[in-house]
Amino acid sequence: MGELKKEVDELSGVETTGHEWDGLKELNNPLPKWWLYIFYASIVWSIGYWIVMPSWPLVSSYTAGVIGYSQREVATREFDTAMAERAETGSKLLEASLDEIRSTPELLEFAMASGSAAFADNCAPCHGTGATGFVGYPNLQDDVWIWGGTMDDIAQTISYGVRSEHEDTRFGEMMAFGRDEILNKEEIAAVANYVAANLAGSTPEEGADLALGETVYVDNCAACHGDEGLGSPELGAPNLTSPNYLYGNSVEAIEAQVYSPRHGVMPPWIDRLGETTVKSLAVYVHSLGGGQ
Amino acid sequence: MSAWKKHEIFEKNSLILTIGIVVMVSIGGLVEIVPLYYLKSTIEKTEGMRPYTPLELAGRNIYVREGCYTCHSQQIRPLRDELERYGMYSLAAESMYDRPFQWGSKRTGPDLARVGGKYSDEWQRDHLINPRSVSPTSIMPGYPFLAENKLNTRDIQDHLELNAMYGVPYTEDQIKYARADLIAQADPERGDIDGFEERYPGALARSFDGDPSQITEMDALIAYLQMLGTLVDFELYDNNANLR
Repeated sequence: MGELKKEVDELSGVETTGHEWDGLKELNNPLPKWWLYIFYASIVWSIGYWIVMPSWPLVSSYTAGVIGYSQREVATREFDTAMAERAETGSKLLEASLDEIRSTPELLEFAMASGSAAFADNCAPCHGTGATGFVGYPNLQDDVWIWGGTMDDIAQTISYGVRSEHEDTRFGEMMAFGRDEILNKEEIAAVANYVAANLAGSTPEEGADLALGETVYVDNCAACHGDEGLGSPELGAPNLTSPNYLYGNSVEAIEAQVYSPRHGVMPPWIDRLGETTVKSLAVYVHSLGGGQ
Repeated sequence: MSAWKKHEIFEKNSLILTIGIVVMVSIGGLVEIVPLYYLKSTIEKTEGMRPYTPLELAGRNIYVREGCYTCHSQQIRPLRDELERYGMYSLAAESMYDRPFQWGSKRTGPDLARVGGKYSDEWQRDHLINPRSVSPTSIMPGYPFLAENKLNTRDIQDHLELNAMYGVPYTEDQIKYARADLIAQADPERGDIDGFEERYPGALARSFDGDPSQITEMDALIAYLQMLGTLVDFELYDNNANLR
Protein backbone atom coordinates (compact mmCIF):
# COMPACT_ATOMS: atom_id res chain seq x y z
CA MET A 1 0.00 0.00 0.00
CA GLY A 2 3.07 2.13 0.32
CA GLU A 3 2.96 2.96 -3.37
CA LEU A 4 -0.46 4.67 -3.07
CA LYS A 5 -0.05 8.35 -2.70
CA LYS A 6 -1.63 9.54 0.53
CA GLU A 7 -3.74 12.61 0.37
CA VAL A 8 -3.09 15.02 3.19
CA ASP A 9 -5.75 17.39 4.42
CA GLU A 10 -4.46 20.91 4.06
CA LEU A 11 -6.15 22.44 7.06
CA SER A 12 -5.23 19.85 9.73
CA GLY A 13 -2.22 18.27 8.08
CA VAL A 14 -3.68 14.81 8.71
CA GLU A 15 -3.83 12.01 6.13
CA THR A 16 -7.26 11.17 4.76
CA THR A 17 -8.60 7.64 4.38
CA GLY A 18 -9.43 8.34 0.77
CA HIS A 19 -13.18 8.09 1.47
CA GLU A 20 -15.19 10.98 0.17
CA TRP A 21 -18.89 11.78 0.51
CA ASP A 22 -20.24 14.82 -1.26
CA GLY A 23 -16.91 16.55 -0.96
CA LEU A 24 -16.43 15.64 2.72
CA LYS A 25 -13.29 13.61 3.38
CA GLU A 26 -12.60 11.32 6.32
CA LEU A 27 -9.43 12.02 8.29
CA ASN A 28 -7.31 9.07 9.32
CA ASN A 29 -6.54 10.20 12.86
CA PRO A 30 -4.76 7.70 15.09
CA LEU A 31 -6.51 6.39 18.20
CA PRO A 32 -6.11 8.68 21.20
CA LYS A 33 -3.02 7.71 23.19
CA TRP A 34 -4.85 7.42 26.53
CA TRP A 35 -7.28 4.96 24.98
CA LEU A 36 -4.56 2.93 23.35
CA TYR A 37 -2.47 2.64 26.52
CA ILE A 38 -5.47 1.52 28.56
CA PHE A 39 -6.13 -1.09 25.90
CA TYR A 40 -2.56 -2.39 26.13
CA ALA A 41 -2.69 -2.28 29.91
CA SER A 42 -5.84 -4.41 29.94
CA ILE A 43 -4.09 -7.02 27.81
CA VAL A 44 -1.22 -7.11 30.30
CA TRP A 45 -3.74 -7.29 33.17
CA SER A 46 -5.45 -10.28 31.56
CA ILE A 47 -2.19 -12.21 31.57
CA GLY A 48 -1.83 -11.55 35.29
CA TYR A 49 -5.45 -12.61 35.74
CA TRP A 50 -4.82 -15.93 33.97
CA ILE A 51 -2.04 -16.68 36.40
CA VAL A 52 -3.91 -15.72 39.55
CA MET A 53 -7.49 -16.84 38.84
CA PRO A 54 -9.01 -20.03 37.40
CA SER A 55 -9.03 -19.50 33.66
CA TRP A 56 -7.77 -21.77 30.89
CA PRO A 57 -9.37 -25.12 30.09
CA LEU A 58 -6.89 -27.96 29.69
CA VAL A 59 -7.32 -31.53 28.48
CA SER A 60 -8.72 -33.07 31.67
CA SER A 61 -9.16 -30.08 33.99
CA TYR A 62 -8.52 -26.34 34.00
CA THR A 63 -5.90 -24.00 35.44
CA ALA A 64 -6.96 -23.30 39.01
CA GLY A 65 -4.88 -20.15 39.39
CA VAL A 66 -2.29 -19.35 42.03
CA ILE A 67 -4.77 -18.33 44.74
CA GLY A 68 -7.24 -21.13 43.88
CA TYR A 69 -10.25 -18.85 44.07
CA SER A 70 -13.64 -20.52 44.27
CA GLN A 71 -16.93 -18.66 44.45
CA ARG A 72 -18.56 -21.74 45.96
CA GLU A 73 -15.93 -21.85 48.69
CA VAL A 74 -16.29 -18.12 49.41
CA ALA A 75 -20.07 -18.36 49.69
CA THR A 76 -19.88 -21.44 51.88
CA ARG A 77 -17.31 -19.79 54.13
CA GLU A 78 -19.33 -16.57 54.48
CA PHE A 79 -22.40 -18.63 55.24
CA ASP A 80 -20.58 -20.75 57.82
CA THR A 81 -19.11 -17.64 59.44
CA ALA A 82 -22.55 -16.07 59.74
CA MET A 83 -23.92 -19.29 61.22
CA ALA A 84 -21.05 -19.51 63.70
CA GLU A 85 -21.67 -15.92 64.81
CA ARG A 86 -25.28 -16.76 65.43
CA ALA A 87 -24.49 -20.10 67.05
CA GLU A 88 -23.17 -18.39 70.17
CA THR A 89 -26.48 -16.74 71.01
CA GLY A 90 -28.29 -19.56 69.27
CA SER A 91 -26.99 -22.25 71.61
CA LYS A 92 -28.03 -20.19 74.61
CA LEU A 93 -31.45 -19.83 73.02
CA LEU A 94 -31.75 -23.58 72.50
CA GLU A 95 -31.16 -24.28 76.17
CA ALA A 96 -33.29 -21.47 77.53
CA SER A 97 -36.87 -21.90 78.71
CA LEU A 98 -39.61 -19.52 77.69
CA ASP A 99 -39.34 -17.54 80.95
CA GLU A 100 -35.59 -17.24 80.61
CA ILE A 101 -35.93 -16.00 77.05
CA ARG A 102 -38.52 -13.47 78.11
CA SER A 103 -36.35 -12.14 80.91
CA THR A 104 -33.12 -11.97 78.84
CA PRO A 105 -33.29 -9.06 76.40
CA GLU A 106 -30.38 -10.40 74.35
CA LEU A 107 -32.10 -13.75 73.75
CA LEU A 108 -35.50 -12.26 73.14
CA GLU A 109 -34.16 -9.77 70.64
CA PHE A 110 -32.24 -12.51 68.82
CA ALA A 111 -35.23 -14.87 68.70
CA MET A 112 -37.66 -12.19 67.57
CA ALA A 113 -35.33 -10.89 64.84
CA SER A 114 -34.48 -14.26 63.36
CA GLY A 115 -38.01 -15.57 64.00
CA SER A 116 -39.75 -12.75 62.16
CA ALA A 117 -37.33 -12.98 59.20
CA ALA A 118 -37.80 -16.74 58.93
CA PHE A 119 -41.56 -16.34 59.33
CA ALA A 120 -41.80 -13.88 56.44
CA ASP A 121 -40.02 -16.22 54.06
CA ASN A 122 -41.25 -19.62 55.17
CA CYS A 123 -44.52 -19.33 57.08
CA ALA A 124 -46.26 -16.26 55.66
CA PRO A 125 -47.15 -17.94 52.35
CA CYS A 126 -49.69 -20.13 54.20
CA HIS A 127 -50.37 -18.36 57.49
CA GLY A 128 -50.32 -14.84 56.01
CA THR A 129 -47.86 -12.01 56.56
CA GLY A 130 -49.85 -10.97 59.63
CA ALA A 131 -50.15 -14.62 60.77
CA THR A 132 -53.94 -14.40 60.62
CA GLY A 133 -54.23 -17.41 58.31
CA PHE A 134 -56.71 -18.20 55.56
CA VAL A 135 -59.49 -20.72 55.16
CA GLY A 136 -57.69 -24.04 55.65
CA TYR A 137 -54.53 -22.41 57.05
CA PRO A 138 -54.68 -21.76 60.80
CA ASN A 139 -54.68 -18.30 62.31
CA LEU A 140 -51.70 -17.99 64.66
CA GLN A 141 -52.86 -14.77 66.32
CA ASP A 142 -55.84 -16.22 68.16
CA ASP A 143 -56.07 -18.47 71.22
CA VAL A 144 -57.12 -21.54 69.25
CA TRP A 145 -54.38 -24.14 68.89
CA ILE A 146 -55.15 -27.39 67.11
CA TRP A 147 -51.91 -29.05 68.27
CA GLY A 148 -51.29 -27.06 71.43
CA GLY A 149 -50.09 -23.54 72.07
CA THR A 150 -47.21 -23.89 74.50
CA MET A 151 -43.82 -23.02 73.11
CA ASP A 152 -42.75 -26.66 73.07
CA ASP A 153 -45.93 -27.65 71.25
CA ILE A 154 -45.36 -24.95 68.67
CA ALA A 155 -41.71 -25.93 68.20
CA GLN A 156 -42.78 -29.58 67.78
CA THR A 157 -45.36 -28.67 65.14
CA ILE A 158 -42.90 -26.47 63.23
CA SER A 159 -40.15 -29.09 63.39
CA TYR A 160 -42.03 -32.10 62.13
CA GLY A 161 -45.14 -30.70 60.48
CA VAL A 162 -48.67 -32.01 60.39
CA ARG A 163 -49.53 -35.07 58.30
CA SER A 164 -46.16 -34.53 56.60
CA GLU A 165 -43.64 -36.96 55.14
CA HIS A 166 -41.52 -36.80 58.30
CA GLU A 167 -41.62 -39.89 60.52
CA ASP A 168 -42.17 -37.81 63.67
CA THR A 169 -44.98 -35.80 62.13
CA ARG A 170 -48.08 -34.88 64.07
CA PHE A 171 -50.88 -36.99 62.69
CA GLY A 172 -54.61 -36.98 63.19
CA GLU A 173 -57.43 -37.58 60.78
CA MET A 174 -61.15 -37.24 61.24
CA MET A 175 -63.28 -40.05 59.84
CA ALA A 176 -65.23 -39.35 56.67
CA PHE A 177 -68.62 -39.84 58.31
CA GLY A 178 -70.58 -39.26 55.12
CA ARG A 179 -68.30 -40.57 52.42
CA ASP A 180 -67.65 -43.78 54.33
CA GLU A 181 -71.37 -44.10 55.18
CA ILE A 182 -70.98 -44.04 58.94
CA LEU A 183 -73.76 -41.47 59.30
CA ASN A 184 -76.66 -40.80 56.97
CA LYS A 185 -77.62 -37.43 55.55
CA GLU A 186 -80.17 -36.61 58.26
CA GLU A 187 -77.72 -37.41 61.01
CA ILE A 188 -75.00 -35.26 59.44
CA ALA A 189 -77.40 -32.33 58.98
CA ALA A 190 -78.57 -32.73 62.57
CA VAL A 191 -75.09 -32.85 64.09
CA ALA A 192 -73.92 -29.91 61.98
CA ASN A 193 -76.85 -27.86 63.24
CA TYR A 194 -76.21 -29.01 66.79
CA VAL A 195 -72.55 -27.95 66.59
CA ALA A 196 -73.50 -24.63 64.97
CA ALA A 197 -76.13 -23.86 67.58
CA ASN A 198 -74.39 -25.04 70.74
CA LEU A 199 -70.65 -24.75 70.07
CA ALA A 200 -69.73 -22.70 67.01
CA GLY A 201 -71.96 -19.75 67.81
CA SER A 202 -73.48 -19.65 64.32
CA THR A 203 -77.12 -19.88 63.31
CA PRO A 204 -78.68 -23.33 62.83
CA GLU A 205 -81.22 -23.94 60.09
CA GLU A 206 -84.88 -23.60 60.99
CA GLY A 207 -86.54 -26.79 62.13
CA ALA A 208 -83.27 -28.64 62.61
CA ASP A 209 -83.45 -31.76 64.79
CA LEU A 210 -81.07 -30.63 67.54
CA ALA A 211 -82.00 -33.53 69.82
CA LEU A 212 -80.89 -36.03 67.16
CA GLY A 213 -77.81 -33.86 66.62
CA GLU A 214 -76.86 -34.11 70.28
CA THR A 215 -77.19 -37.90 70.25
CA VAL A 216 -75.04 -38.13 67.12
CA TYR A 217 -72.49 -35.76 68.66
CA VAL A 218 -72.19 -37.73 71.88
CA ASP A 219 -71.93 -41.05 70.03
CA ASN A 220 -69.50 -40.01 67.31
CA CYS A 221 -67.74 -36.72 67.97
CA ALA A 222 -67.26 -36.42 71.71
CA ALA A 223 -64.54 -39.10 71.80
CA CYS A 224 -62.09 -36.71 70.15
CA HIS A 225 -63.66 -33.27 70.42
CA GLY A 226 -64.80 -33.77 74.03
CA ASP A 227 -68.25 -33.66 75.61
CA GLU A 228 -68.09 -29.89 75.75
CA GLY A 229 -66.41 -29.52 72.36
CA LEU A 230 -63.16 -28.25 73.80
CA GLY A 231 -61.13 -30.51 71.53
CA SER A 232 -57.92 -32.34 72.25
CA PRO A 233 -54.52 -31.01 71.24
CA GLU A 234 -52.98 -34.47 71.74
CA LEU A 235 -55.16 -35.85 68.93
CA GLY A 236 -55.20 -32.68 66.87
CA ALA A 237 -58.97 -32.49 67.39
CA PRO A 238 -59.92 -28.82 67.07
CA ASN A 239 -61.72 -26.92 69.80
CA LEU A 240 -65.28 -26.52 68.49
CA THR A 241 -66.33 -23.79 70.93
CA SER A 242 -64.34 -21.08 69.17
CA PRO A 243 -65.93 -19.46 66.13
CA ASN A 244 -62.56 -19.47 64.30
CA TYR A 245 -63.19 -22.69 62.39
CA LEU A 246 -60.44 -23.69 60.01
CA TYR A 247 -62.91 -24.38 57.19
CA GLY A 248 -65.72 -22.06 58.32
CA ASN A 249 -68.36 -22.32 61.06
CA SER A 250 -71.53 -22.12 58.96
CA VAL A 251 -73.88 -25.12 59.03
CA GLU A 252 -72.96 -25.79 55.41
CA ALA A 253 -69.21 -25.75 56.07
CA ILE A 254 -69.56 -27.99 59.13
CA GLU A 255 -71.69 -30.43 57.16
CA ALA A 256 -69.09 -30.59 54.41
CA GLN A 257 -66.36 -31.23 56.96
CA VAL A 258 -68.34 -34.01 58.67
CA TYR A 259 -69.25 -35.60 55.34
CA SER A 260 -65.71 -35.72 53.93
CA PRO A 261 -63.17 -33.84 56.03
CA ARG A 262 -60.40 -31.81 54.49
CA HIS A 263 -57.01 -32.41 56.06
CA GLY A 264 -54.40 -29.73 55.63
CA VAL A 265 -50.72 -30.59 55.52
CA MET A 266 -47.91 -28.64 57.13
CA PRO A 267 -44.40 -29.50 55.94
CA PRO A 268 -41.61 -30.36 58.41
CA TRP A 269 -39.09 -27.54 58.79
CA ILE A 270 -36.37 -28.94 61.03
CA ASP A 271 -34.16 -30.16 58.19
CA ARG A 272 -34.64 -27.04 56.11
CA LEU A 273 -34.25 -24.41 58.84
CA GLY A 274 -32.33 -26.07 61.67
CA GLU A 275 -32.99 -26.20 65.41
CA THR A 276 -32.08 -22.61 66.28
CA THR A 277 -34.30 -21.02 63.67
CA VAL A 278 -37.17 -23.33 64.61
CA LYS A 279 -36.83 -22.28 68.25
CA SER A 280 -36.73 -18.61 67.22
CA LEU A 281 -39.85 -19.17 65.16
CA ALA A 282 -41.56 -20.82 68.12
CA VAL A 283 -40.75 -17.82 70.32
CA TYR A 284 -41.95 -15.46 67.62
CA VAL A 285 -45.20 -17.34 66.94
CA HIS A 286 -45.80 -17.76 70.67
CA SER A 287 -45.48 -13.99 71.08
CA LEU A 288 -48.07 -13.20 68.42
CA GLY A 289 -50.85 -13.21 70.94
CA GLY A 290 -52.15 -16.69 71.46
CA GLY A 291 -49.23 -18.44 73.14
CA GLN A 292 -49.99 -20.44 76.24
CA MET B 1 5.03 -0.04 7.28
CA SER B 2 4.75 -1.75 10.62
CA ALA B 3 2.27 -4.51 11.43
CA TRP B 4 0.27 -2.05 13.48
CA LYS B 5 -0.76 -0.28 10.30
CA LYS B 6 -2.17 -3.45 8.69
CA HIS B 7 -5.63 -2.87 10.15
CA GLU B 8 -6.30 -0.75 7.10
CA ILE B 9 -7.03 -3.87 5.10
CA PHE B 10 -9.89 -4.76 7.53
CA GLU B 11 -11.25 -1.27 7.53
CA LYS B 12 -11.41 -1.00 3.79
CA ASN B 13 -12.87 -4.45 2.98
CA SER B 14 -16.14 -5.33 4.66
CA LEU B 15 -15.86 -9.01 3.73
CA ILE B 16 -12.42 -9.36 5.34
CA LEU B 17 -13.74 -7.50 8.39
CA THR B 18 -16.68 -9.91 8.64
CA ILE B 19 -14.39 -12.93 8.43
CA GLY B 20 -12.13 -11.38 11.06
CA ILE B 21 -15.07 -10.85 13.43
CA VAL B 22 -16.30 -14.42 12.93
CA VAL B 23 -12.83 -15.81 13.68
CA MET B 24 -12.41 -13.75 16.85
CA VAL B 25 -15.88 -14.49 18.22
CA SER B 26 -15.43 -18.20 17.43
CA ILE B 27 -12.22 -18.35 19.43
CA GLY B 28 -14.05 -16.91 22.45
CA GLY B 29 -16.92 -19.32 22.04
CA LEU B 30 -14.78 -22.38 21.44
CA VAL B 31 -12.51 -21.75 24.42
CA GLU B 32 -15.43 -21.05 26.76
CA ILE B 33 -18.00 -23.59 25.60
CA VAL B 34 -16.25 -26.62 24.12
CA PRO B 35 -14.33 -27.64 27.29
CA LEU B 36 -17.64 -27.93 29.16
CA TYR B 37 -18.46 -30.91 26.96
CA TYR B 38 -15.35 -32.91 27.77
CA LEU B 39 -14.29 -31.75 31.26
CA LYS B 40 -15.58 -34.27 33.79
CA SER B 41 -15.77 -31.63 36.50
CA THR B 42 -18.52 -29.77 34.62
CA ILE B 43 -21.20 -31.98 36.16
CA GLU B 44 -20.69 -32.87 39.81
CA LYS B 45 -20.87 -36.46 41.02
CA THR B 46 -24.05 -36.80 43.05
CA GLU B 47 -26.26 -39.51 44.50
CA GLY B 48 -29.97 -39.51 43.84
CA MET B 49 -30.31 -37.54 40.62
CA ARG B 50 -32.70 -39.40 38.33
CA PRO B 51 -34.59 -38.63 35.13
CA TYR B 52 -37.97 -37.04 35.76
CA THR B 53 -40.97 -39.31 36.09
CA PRO B 54 -43.52 -39.04 33.26
CA LEU B 55 -45.87 -37.01 35.48
CA GLU B 56 -43.07 -34.66 36.53
CA LEU B 57 -41.97 -34.30 32.91
CA ALA B 58 -45.53 -33.45 31.90
CA GLY B 59 -45.59 -30.90 34.73
CA ARG B 60 -42.32 -29.46 33.53
CA ASN B 61 -43.75 -29.05 30.05
CA ILE B 62 -46.67 -27.12 31.55
CA TYR B 63 -44.21 -25.02 33.57
CA VAL B 64 -42.45 -24.12 30.33
CA ARG B 65 -45.69 -23.71 28.38
CA GLU B 66 -47.09 -21.23 30.90
CA GLY B 67 -43.85 -19.28 30.95
CA CYS B 68 -43.18 -19.69 34.66
CA TYR B 69 -39.51 -19.09 33.87
CA THR B 70 -40.20 -15.48 32.95
CA CYS B 71 -40.60 -14.69 36.65
CA HIS B 72 -39.05 -17.66 38.48
CA SER B 73 -35.49 -18.90 38.16
CA GLN B 74 -34.27 -22.33 39.22
CA GLN B 75 -30.74 -21.45 40.12
CA ILE B 76 -29.55 -20.68 43.61
CA ARG B 77 -26.32 -18.78 43.14
CA PRO B 78 -23.31 -19.29 45.41
CA LEU B 79 -23.89 -16.12 47.43
CA ARG B 80 -24.34 -15.97 51.18
CA ASP B 81 -27.80 -14.39 51.20
CA GLU B 82 -29.08 -16.89 48.67
CA LEU B 83 -27.76 -19.79 50.74
CA GLU B 84 -29.58 -18.37 53.75
CA ARG B 85 -32.84 -17.91 51.98
CA TYR B 86 -33.00 -20.84 49.57
CA GLY B 87 -30.49 -23.37 50.89
CA MET B 88 -27.57 -25.10 49.18
CA TYR B 89 -26.54 -23.50 45.89
CA SER B 90 -27.71 -25.28 42.75
CA LEU B 91 -25.42 -27.83 41.17
CA ALA B 92 -24.98 -28.36 37.46
CA ALA B 93 -25.93 -31.98 38.12
CA GLU B 94 -29.34 -30.90 39.34
CA SER B 95 -30.32 -29.54 35.95
CA MET B 96 -28.56 -32.09 33.77
CA TYR B 97 -31.88 -33.57 32.61
CA ASP B 98 -33.42 -30.16 31.92
CA ARG B 99 -34.15 -29.39 28.30
CA PRO B 100 -34.31 -26.44 28.23
CA PHE B 101 -32.64 -25.45 31.51
CA GLN B 102 -34.44 -23.06 33.87
CA TRP B 103 -31.50 -21.02 35.13
CA GLY B 104 -31.62 -17.30 35.45
CA SER B 105 -31.07 -14.43 37.80
CA LYS B 106 -34.06 -12.29 36.91
CA ARG B 107 -36.58 -12.96 39.63
CA THR B 108 -39.95 -11.30 39.79
CA GLY B 109 -41.03 -14.20 41.97
CA PRO B 110 -38.77 -16.25 44.24
CA ASP B 111 -36.32 -18.88 43.04
CA LEU B 112 -37.93 -22.32 42.78
CA ALA B 113 -34.86 -24.57 42.63
CA ARG B 114 -35.59 -26.03 46.09
CA VAL B 115 -39.30 -25.37 46.46
CA GLY B 116 -40.08 -29.11 46.64
CA GLY B 117 -41.66 -29.97 49.99
CA LYS B 118 -41.59 -26.37 51.18
CA TYR B 119 -45.37 -26.00 50.95
CA SER B 120 -48.23 -28.48 51.05
CA ASP B 121 -49.97 -29.74 47.90
CA GLU B 122 -53.09 -27.94 49.05
CA TRP B 123 -51.22 -24.65 49.27
CA GLN B 124 -49.71 -25.13 45.82
CA ARG B 125 -53.18 -25.77 44.43
CA ASP B 126 -54.82 -22.82 46.19
CA HIS B 127 -51.92 -20.59 45.21
CA LEU B 128 -51.93 -21.62 41.55
CA ILE B 129 -55.70 -21.18 41.28
CA ASN B 130 -55.61 -17.73 42.88
CA PRO B 131 -52.33 -16.52 44.40
CA ARG B 132 -54.14 -13.69 46.23
CA SER B 133 -56.15 -16.23 48.24
CA VAL B 134 -53.06 -17.08 50.29
CA SER B 135 -50.67 -14.25 49.49
CA PRO B 136 -52.66 -11.01 49.29
CA THR B 137 -49.85 -8.88 47.87
CA SER B 138 -48.80 -11.37 45.18
CA ILE B 139 -48.70 -10.13 41.59
CA MET B 140 -48.61 -13.62 40.11
CA PRO B 141 -51.45 -14.40 37.70
CA GLY B 142 -53.87 -17.19 38.61
CA TYR B 143 -53.93 -20.46 36.68
CA PRO B 144 -57.36 -21.85 37.63
CA PHE B 145 -57.73 -23.70 34.34
CA LEU B 146 -54.94 -26.10 35.30
CA ALA B 147 -57.27 -27.73 37.83
CA GLU B 148 -59.92 -28.24 35.15
CA ASN B 149 -57.76 -29.23 32.17
CA LYS B 150 -57.43 -32.96 31.86
CA LEU B 151 -53.78 -33.86 31.38
CA ASN B 152 -52.93 -35.08 27.91
CA THR B 153 -51.30 -38.44 28.64
CA ARG B 154 -51.36 -39.89 25.15
CA ASP B 155 -48.07 -38.41 23.96
CA ILE B 156 -46.06 -38.83 27.15
CA GLN B 157 -44.08 -41.75 25.74
CA ASP B 158 -42.92 -39.54 22.86
CA HIS B 159 -41.68 -36.96 25.35
CA LEU B 160 -39.60 -39.58 27.15
CA GLU B 161 -38.25 -40.88 23.85
CA LEU B 162 -37.30 -37.38 22.77
CA ASN B 163 -35.44 -36.79 26.04
CA ALA B 164 -33.74 -40.18 25.69
CA MET B 165 -32.60 -39.15 22.22
CA TYR B 166 -30.84 -36.17 23.81
CA GLY B 167 -29.07 -38.40 26.30
CA VAL B 168 -31.40 -38.55 29.30
CA PRO B 169 -30.88 -42.12 30.56
CA TYR B 170 -34.44 -43.40 30.48
CA THR B 171 -34.50 -47.19 30.44
CA GLU B 172 -36.50 -49.19 27.92
CA ASP B 173 -39.01 -50.09 30.62
CA GLN B 174 -39.39 -46.50 31.71
CA ILE B 175 -40.25 -45.53 28.15
CA LYS B 176 -42.46 -48.56 27.57
CA TYR B 177 -44.52 -47.98 30.73
CA ALA B 178 -44.46 -44.17 30.54
CA ARG B 179 -48.23 -43.74 30.46
CA ALA B 180 -48.83 -46.41 33.11
CA ASP B 181 -46.26 -44.75 35.37
CA LEU B 182 -47.86 -41.37 34.87
CA ILE B 183 -51.25 -42.72 35.92
CA ALA B 184 -49.78 -44.66 38.86
CA GLN B 185 -48.02 -41.60 40.26
CA ALA B 186 -51.08 -39.37 40.10
CA ASP B 187 -53.51 -42.06 41.21
CA PRO B 188 -51.71 -44.84 43.15
CA GLU B 189 -54.96 -46.72 43.73
CA ARG B 190 -55.77 -47.03 40.06
CA GLY B 191 -52.34 -47.54 38.55
CA ASP B 192 -49.52 -50.02 38.91
CA ILE B 193 -47.84 -48.35 41.89
CA ASP B 194 -45.38 -51.20 42.53
CA GLY B 195 -44.01 -51.02 39.02
CA PHE B 196 -43.77 -47.25 39.28
CA GLU B 197 -41.86 -47.34 42.57
CA GLU B 198 -39.49 -49.91 41.15
CA ARG B 199 -38.74 -47.74 38.14
CA TYR B 200 -38.54 -44.45 40.07
CA PRO B 201 -37.45 -45.25 43.64
CA GLY B 202 -38.37 -42.60 46.17
CA ALA B 203 -40.68 -40.61 43.87
CA LEU B 204 -43.81 -39.22 45.53
CA ALA B 205 -47.08 -40.74 44.39
CA ARG B 206 -50.48 -39.32 45.34
CA SER B 207 -53.29 -37.23 43.98
CA PHE B 208 -51.43 -33.94 43.97
CA ASP B 209 -54.43 -31.73 43.25
CA GLY B 210 -56.62 -33.36 45.88
CA ASP B 211 -59.11 -34.63 43.31
CA PRO B 212 -58.49 -38.32 42.60
CA SER B 213 -61.36 -38.53 40.10
CA GLN B 214 -59.22 -37.33 37.19
CA ILE B 215 -55.62 -36.53 36.34
CA THR B 216 -55.33 -32.83 35.61
CA GLU B 217 -52.57 -30.50 34.52
CA MET B 218 -52.58 -29.31 38.13
CA ASP B 219 -51.55 -32.83 39.26
CA ALA B 220 -48.60 -32.76 36.89
CA LEU B 221 -47.42 -29.27 37.75
CA ILE B 222 -47.61 -29.82 41.52
CA ALA B 223 -45.83 -33.17 41.18
CA TYR B 224 -43.05 -31.35 39.35
CA LEU B 225 -42.86 -28.52 41.89
CA GLN B 226 -42.81 -30.89 44.87
CA MET B 227 -39.85 -32.74 43.34
CA LEU B 228 -37.72 -29.65 42.63
CA GLY B 229 -34.43 -29.65 44.52
CA THR B 230 -35.20 -32.82 46.47
CA LEU B 231 -33.41 -35.41 44.33
CA VAL B 232 -29.74 -35.01 45.23
CA ASP B 233 -28.81 -36.57 48.56
CA PHE B 234 -26.64 -33.86 50.12
CA GLU B 235 -25.58 -36.07 53.00
CA LEU B 236 -23.61 -38.11 50.50
CA TYR B 237 -22.42 -35.15 48.49
CA ASP B 238 -18.73 -34.23 48.63
CA ASN B 239 -18.74 -30.45 48.60
CA ASN B 240 -14.95 -30.06 48.71
CA ALA B 241 -14.52 -32.07 45.54
CA ASN B 242 -16.63 -29.62 43.62
CA LEU B 243 -15.48 -26.18 44.63
CA ARG B 244 -15.10 -23.87 41.69
